[in-house]
Amino acid sequence: MSRVAQFLFRRRGGKGWHWTDIVTWVWLVGGLFIMFGPAVWLVGSSFKSPAALAEFPPTILPYVTQKVTVEGFDKPLDLYEVTLPDGVKAKLAEVRRIGVVSQMIDPGNPGEVIKVNISQRSPVREMSFASENYTEPFTHFDFVRYLWNSVFVTVVATLITLVVNSMAAFALSKYEFRGRTVAMLVILATLMVPLSVIMVPLYSIVSALGLFNNLWGVILPTVATPTGVFILRQYMLTIPDELVDAARMDKASEWQIYWRIILPLTAPALAVLAIFSVVWRWNDFLWPLIVLSRKELYTLQVGLSIYSGELNVQWHFILAMTVVTMIPVVLVFIFLQRFITTGIAGTGLK
Amino acid sequence: MMADIPGKTNLSIGEIIMLPVRFAMGLIDFPLRWLQRTTGIGGMATFFLLPNMLIFGIFVLLPFFINFAYSMTGGTALFLPDRNFVGMGQYSRLVDCSNYLDPNSCAEDTFWTAVGNTGWFVVLQVTLMIGFSLVTALILNRDLMARSFWRAMFFFPVLLSPVVVGLIWKWILQRQGLLNFGLYGFGFEPYAWLNDRNWSFAATVGVSIWAHMGFYTLILLAGLQAIPKDLYEAAEMDGTRPTRAFLRITLPLLAPNLLVVIVLVLIRAVQIFDEVYVLTGGGPGTSTLYLTQYIYETGFATQLRNPGLAAAASILMGVVLVVLTLLQLGLSRSSEKNGGRK
Repeated sequence: MSRVAQFLFRRRGGKGWHWTDIVTWVWLVGGLFIMFGPAVWLVGSSFKSPAALAEFPPTILPYVTQKVTVEGFDKPLDLYEVTLPDGVKAKLAEVRRIGVVSQMIDPGNPGEVIKVNISQRSPVREMSFASENYTEPFTHFDFVRYLWNSVFVTVVATLITLVVNSMAAFALSKYEFRGRTVAMLVILATLMVPLSVIMVPLYSIVSALGLFNNLWGVILPTVATPTGVFILRQYMLTIPDELVDAARMDKASEWQIYWRIILPLTAPALAVLAIFSVVWRWNDFLWPLIVLSRKELYTLQVGLSIYSGELNVQWHFILAMTVVTMIPVVLVFIFLQRFITTGIAGTGLK
Repeated sequence: MMADIPGKTNLSIGEIIMLPVRFAMGLIDFPLRWLQRTTGIGGMATFFLLPNMLIFGIFVLLPFFINFAYSMTGGTALFLPDRNFVGMGQYSRLVDCSNYLDPNSCAEDTFWTAVGNTGWFVVLQVTLMIGFSLVTALILNRDLMARSFWRAMFFFPVLLSPVVVGLIWKWILQRQGLLNFGLYGFGFEPYAWLNDRNWSFAATVGVSIWAHMGFYTLILLAGLQAIPKDLYEAAEMDGTRPTRAFLRITLPLLAPNLLVVIVLVLIRAVQIFDEVYVLTGGGPGTSTLYLTQYIYETGFATQLRNPGLAAAASILMGVVLVVLTLLQLGLSRSSEKNGGRK
């Protein structure tokens, strides 16, 4: 506790509050709300029923009108707190409403119908998490298919990226051959070429190869990433060449040197690339949007954006699906935040 | 239950998963030994480089060159051989304006609207992003408790997908949204922010800053942490005021990182698409239509498909990006010469 107090009241130089201390705390606390607030609000909203979502002003927690089952009625009825003409407050269930008059009954004594002006009643509310927002997309929509497509694209693209990039990095770091510098320069030069510049011809190449409307058409153009080759090569350069020479003396083949000696030693760099590849591929949007036009092939990102355009009223499903889409990335964030925040600044990649 | 085989340790799950991989790797080894014998070690270098180069060549280099060919053809056909040669026709269509100050007078008025929007977007992104991430980096560089938490907090949105970012903010800025709820407390009426041209534009700028600020903060923070502390101690000894120390020590020594950030923000801002597409869809009207969306819609939207025009526009955009990247390379090289810090 004293550490907290010491922390909270720490000041610059110790003599009173310097203005920079105030700015710091305003900035950090404001940041807490602005950075986490939107995501927290999204998660909270994803548990609300459609009626609660349409409400203004909104409530922080999900509330719904309490319902009671009354004998003689098929459906559960909404429960209201009513002020009767004699000033007595009672909890009544609404049978039907005609204009401003609501016909209500006492759940304990269903025989008698009481007519109440709607200004005299207010709904009895209880907290309720609308878990059907999460379960229904799994049954009604192709959500599982989108999820599967995204997982497939992410996993396969990441595996190919790791294999292909590490092979190229191995060649570029451990072999002397003509054109090595040229190969390296060409790879680095394309860091300049963003997808949006080559979108049109790339599309025609992908469809000429028969990969239009095919998940491989999403995967293949992304796997030879120059950043991947670059960081793996930089890492492999730090592995001493004597190791490779010693293995050659022992009659190891070049392939064995690659996968039994170099790859295990490059594990930390491979891990960095794997994490980034997963985040990149999972978050990809523009390219899958172009290549995939058949609904059953959509990735989660494409499916979600199309749904949010088409079903503008169905926010309760969209919010829940958005939360599901966030989960892998949030997990990456939680487990690896320390590593990521120090690692990225060092490599300057994204 | 099987009895433990003496001398054999139990395999971990990781090792069991690796077994088929090891088997496959071993299997490839035999043909590769033959390759190595016939072609020598130089041949193996080519073999290791080949898969990456092949994919890279087909999906990055080749389209890059074909793009020039595309930009000189017309029509709606997709395959290059089916398209008719129009020379510089697409380019002249893009720059065909009776009054260059008024985008509405141009044949491709949406292109110039997109260029104008992107220009404004870039200017606002660079100034505001630098401002926000610099202040955040300075604050995170202070002696704070739980510093890694605060650092991670500002970084968190960077990992979110653009679609999620767009949807989160679309949800907050809509009529029943959190922003209106907050303002309602101060007596304001709910307002549909994204249906207003100016607010919609401001929202794309703000949301983009929210989503990417953490990344640039980290780069600046790395630069701040590389500044030797004794410089500040010496300045304090000499009675230098903190503001002066900031202007004379922090800013000059942070300049290389600031340059990197400026150029990265510039390049990213020119290519803005995903989160805006989800958040506003380019609207209302064309108020948040940016270049990439123009290229996407011109190239792929069925009703106005004109791949040649899209290719021409993308080449113009590519030229801008190459200039910006060369600028970055030049700046980082010159800053490496002056002091060797990056």
